[in-house]
Parts: sequence; C-alpha cells; structure tokens
Amino acid sequence: MNIECRGETINIATGGVEVDRDLPPVVLLHGAGMDRTVWSQQTRYLAHHGFAAMAVDLPGHGESGGEPLSSIAEMADWVAEAINEIGLGPAHLVGHSMGSLISLEVAARHPGAVERIVLLGAAAAMPVHPDLLGAAERNEVLAPQLITSWGHGTRAHIAGNPTPGLWMRSGCQALLERANDGVIFNDLAACNAYEAGDVAARITCPITVVVGSEDKMTPPRATSQLVAGLSDVDLKHLDGVGHMMMIEVPDRIRELLLDALQ
Amino acid sequence: MVDPEYLKFDTLSLHAGQEPDPTTGSRAVPIYQTTSYSFVDTEQAAGLFNLEQPGHIYSRISNPTVAVLEERIAALEGGVGAVCTASGMAAFHLAAATIMSAGDHVVASRNIYGGTHNMLNLTMPRFGITTTFVDPRDPEAWRSAITPETRLLFAETLGNPGIEVLDVPLIAQIAHENGLPLMVDATFTTPYLMKAIDLGADIVMHSVTKFLGGHGIALGGVVVDGGRFDWAANDKFPTLSQPYDGYHGISFADEYGHQALSMRARAEGLRDFGAAMSPTNAFHLLQGIETLPLRMKRHVENTSSVVEFLEEADAVTWVSHPSVATHPDHELAKQLLPKGAGAILSFGIAGGREAGCRFIENVQLASHLANVGDAKTLVLHPASTTHQQLSAEDLVAAGVGEDLIRLSVGLEDPEDIISDLRRALRASQKG
Repeated sequence: MNIECRGETINIATGGVEVDRDLPPVVLLHGAGMDRTVWSQQTRYLAHHGFAAMAVDLPGHGESGGEPLSSIAEMADWVAEAINEIGLGPAHLVGHSMGSLISLEVAARHPGAVERIVLLGAAAAMPVHPDLLGAAERNEVLAPQLITSWGHGTRAHIAGNPTPGLWMRSGCQALLERANDGVIFNDLAACNAYEAGDVAARITCPITVVVGSEDKMTPPRATSQLVAGLSDVDLKHLDGVGHMMMIEVPDRIRELLLDALQ
Repeated sequence: MVDPEYLKFDTLSLHAGQEPDPTTGSRAVPIYQTTSYSFVDTEQAAGLFNLEQPGHIYSRISNPTVAVLEERIAALEGGVGAVCTASGMAAFHLAAATIMSAGDHVVASRNIYGGTHNMLNLTMPRFGITTTFVDPRDPEAWRSAITPETRLLFAETLGNPGIEVLDVPLIAQIAHENGLPLMVDATFTTPYLMKAIDLGADIVMHSVTKFLGGHGIALGGVVVDGGRFDWAANDKFPTLSQPYDGYHGISFADEYGHQALSMRARAEGLRDFGAAMSPTNAFHLLQGIETLPLRMKRHVENTSSVVEFLEEADAVTWVSHPSVATHPDHELAKQLLPKGAGAILSFGIAGGREAGCRFIENVQLASHLANVGDAKTLVLHPASTTHQQLSAEDLVAAGVGEDLIRLSVGLEDPEDIISDLRRALRASQKG
C-alpha cells in the first residue's frame, strides 16, 4: 500500500493482503541501503498470522519517494509520523541494524507511537569501517560487497537458504546495488554518527533483542552493552548466524517474531 | 583497502548450495528421489502453498537435490537465484513465458542455436510473441528493432555456430536505455569464462547439459536471475509488477523486489508449465560442476592447440574462433573473455558439402552427434542437422555455410585430437 507522509508517497509492503485495521500493527524497518524486501520472508507470514504487517520503504529507499533522512533522530521522527498517518495506533516496531537504531529512538522520543520494539542486529553504537564508508561515499560496488561479506555468517556464505534456488550473497549485494547513489553512504554515515546517550533509560516499552553469534557488524559484545542499559528486555541468541539474520534464518526469525509479538 | 571475504569460484563450484546432510551426515549431495513432501500440519501446508514460508511441496516446483544445483549455479554466475528446468530449451521458454505475454516482442541475435531460433521464429508467434532477428554485432540494428511492444533482448554470449562474441556491456546498455532486460544464453562460456551478470546481463540461461555438466549424461537447463533489473520501473512487465490472482493478488516485484523473477518463474512457471529437472539429473550435473574450473581450463588449452593445427591444415579454408587474430571479435574476446573464448569453433573444409560429409564419416576419436560441451571431442555438420529447419536464406543469415564443420573440443590429449582431425581431413580430400 502507499501512504502520503510529508508530501511524499511511501511504499509499504503488506504481505499481499489489505491491512486489517482490527489487527495489531507491526511496522518493519530495514537497515542501511536496503528496503522492505529484506522482510519478504516475514511480512507475508505475519500478515496471515494475526497481524497488520507493514514493511516500510524508508524515504529515498525502495519504491518510496523523497530523499533519505540524514540522522537516526530524523528517521525516528519520520517513522512516528508515518505510524500516525497509517492511523492504526501504537505499533510493534521491528527494526534491523539501522532500523534497530530507529526503533530505539522512536521508543524513546515518541513512546505513544510504540507498543513494543524488536531489535535485530542491534547495538548502542554502530561505528562504520572507514573503508566501507569511503567506498559508499564514492558509490563503489565495494560498499555492497563489504556489507554483504561482513553481513552474513560463515554458513550463509556457503549454503542454507531455505527458499529453493535463492543465493543469499548475491541477493544481498544486488539489493544494495539497486539503491540510488548516495543512499548507502547517507545511511552508513547516520549509523556512524549515532550516539545513544540516555536513550536506554527513556524507553518504557518491552524490548526483544536478537543477536547472532557470528554478527560482525553489530557483534554480540556490542549488543550486550546495549542490553545492559535496557530494562524489560528479552535477549535471544542465534548460534551460527550473522547480521542478516532475517534472511539467513527466516524460519527462526518468523517463530521468534510470532513469539515476541504475541 | 579491505576486500570482501567472498569464497572464490573454485570453492563455490564444490560447495555452494550444500551442507552435509543434517540427518545422515552424507557429504555428497543426496538424491531426493521423491515427488512430494510430508507436511508438518495443515497450517504449515497452507503457509507453503501461500508462499508465506519457504519449503518443498512437490518436485515439479522444487526439490532439495535440484535446489542445491540451483543455488550453486546462481552462486557461480553471481545471480540472486536460479531455477532449473528439464532442458536448456525449457529454460529459455520459462524465462520468456515468465516476463512476456501475447502481443509482446523480442529482439534477438540472428546467430543463435537452431532450436532457439525455431522457437522464436515459428513457435512463439503461435502464442502471440514475435521476434525481430538482428546482426548481433550491429548496435544500430538492435536499437532500431526495438518497438513499444519489445520486452526482451536476447543473444548468446558466443554465437552459434559462428562464435560471434556478444558485446554484453554494449547490448545491455541498449536494453537498459529502453527499459528492457537483456537475457543471454551463456552455455558456451559458462561462468568460468564470463560472468555475464557482472557485464550487465539481467538474465542468464544455460543448457546445463553442456559444459556445466560436462559428461553428456544428463539433460538440464537453468534460468539465473541477475537481480539488478527493476521490473516495476515501468508498466512493461505486469506479470512481475502487478497483482497475480494465482497467489491471492501477490505482486512479485512488491513482495520480493530484486528476486521477483526467480520467485515467479518457480511459483507460476514450474507449477503451470511443469518442465522440471529430475533430481537424478541434478545430481549428475552437480558432479560435473564440481570440476568445472579444471575442465574449462583444459578445454581452452586444447582448443588453442586445435586452432593452431587447423590454421595450418591444407584442407581447411578458414577457421572461426575468437582466438584467431582475423576473427572480427578477436579484440572484444580478449577484453570480455580473458580466460579464453570457449571450446567451440567452426571451420570450412575445402570441397564443400561432399568433403564435409567425408570428414565427418572419417573421424574416429571425435564423435558425430548433436551436442557440444562434452568432455569428449564432438563434430557436427550444422547444415544437415541442428540448422536443417532453416531456409536457405536463413542459413546464410545465420552464417551457416554448407562447408561449415562445428567442432567442440574435448578433454582428450590434444595430440590425439589433432591426429584424428588430420586423418579425417586427409580422407575428406580423396573424393
């Protein structure tokens, strides 16, 4: 479905069904340079299992109009506005990577917009390797390659996609290559500049954090530092899984989301 | 500067798409010789049928053994996904039928496999899809053949049988300037010699039967989805960008984005047309792919030796292979095919059709048959076999003279291949 937010048309995948306004809303937020399709193995499932599932293309990403927003705080304010535009009341927010930072900030800055947050590949700080940042600034294919390389666990670099015929490595790289020039850099720069400050202390909603043991982009140690500052948090560990967990182990993430959101 | 830690081509040839079987520990890919799969419960079954969750339902749509082959070829090509089919022709049809409907139009190279030419020229028009054939070396011909109804540009990475090298970046650019995808048949190059997606192709298809399998014991085809083409950027591809009643109004581009083609080709194309690959064939083809890099290296080395011999042979009037300095695409081949321009070549034999027949009848090591890309050396006289359905006019347009012999250079000792050719050439001149 499309909504209008700040004068731009925003594309939202709803799992192939019309949003049922009587169901609890779940808003899924993608990571840097990506789009709604990172949730393709979860959106349709949630939409047929009792939720109004909405995987958003953030401004300037995927099929959405507008320019990408340049800070996590701005993105969080925009998401709160979008939730208001959708008009289904407070939503469960599921965020991956940059989307997890946005979710944290929405929960802290706009508590009335959020029912619960589920964070995948999360950390209180996300410093970006300078070579990756440089490649992204130059719009080089090296940036999608590095994100893909570091973003997947060892197993995902060999095999293991439960969807017959799909190859995860090229799937991730191709998705990032489709981003408009400047989008990956914008997002990585926003992650790199993010400072959590007292955000953890300001969050009052329940939180689920999912960490992959082979996550090189938000390593378990960094996730632990985030979790240490949060209250009412449920930490889930996934062994042998990297940063792109909803693609690497879609079945486990589906089960975990269903469990957390119910 | 850091580099991506990607597994390399030779490693992917052996491993991509497979983990040791979790139940038995089997290191080799098991042959899942089954038609169907038990559902856990009704909810899981409903989820599978509604594309809510991945998994196997029925082997016409997907099979665990075939899925390993699909993932492996996608990995080697750098595609986001792959769908295997019963044959190379089925792969072409699957791709075409997934993105086109009656009223649509193809611009295709005129120098392609006779079977594909036949399908485009005679068969698909019965279903409302027409084709304009062009000289693959003439960019203006490609441009001027595109109409508002065009939905696909198609060519072989190495033409058949003239071994024209496709300027993939240039033709891809022409396609993309017109909002169209480029599909290439990369059977002759394999991903070892050319990564067509990296060069700009949007869809890559193979007859896996040929070099990828390498042994000539199993038929198969594959469609590889490059994942870079935006199917929703215009209104030309409604099968991918618009709701589809076959799965309760799903829009594949909206749900799967860069993987839309792979998903629809399987969910609709294999389900409805049913040209599925058998799991046993997938197993055989996987054994071949394990040694693809080693074999292709040797194919190219042997081809170099054979070309050198033929260029000096008295009974040979011309040799067509991009490694020959006089070949029109010699420089392009050096640029696009740095590891070699494949193991298929053609040559003209002094004495025309009759001498050609005598040559074919006198080879003893090389096999006379309608295939290429076998581990064994193969010879063929296209005018009397693969291209016999073409009219005299189409034969000339396709560059198939009556004196043309096609050679698929195998993996035998090159001295033995050359001895066989020398003996048959000598006999061909004793008419």
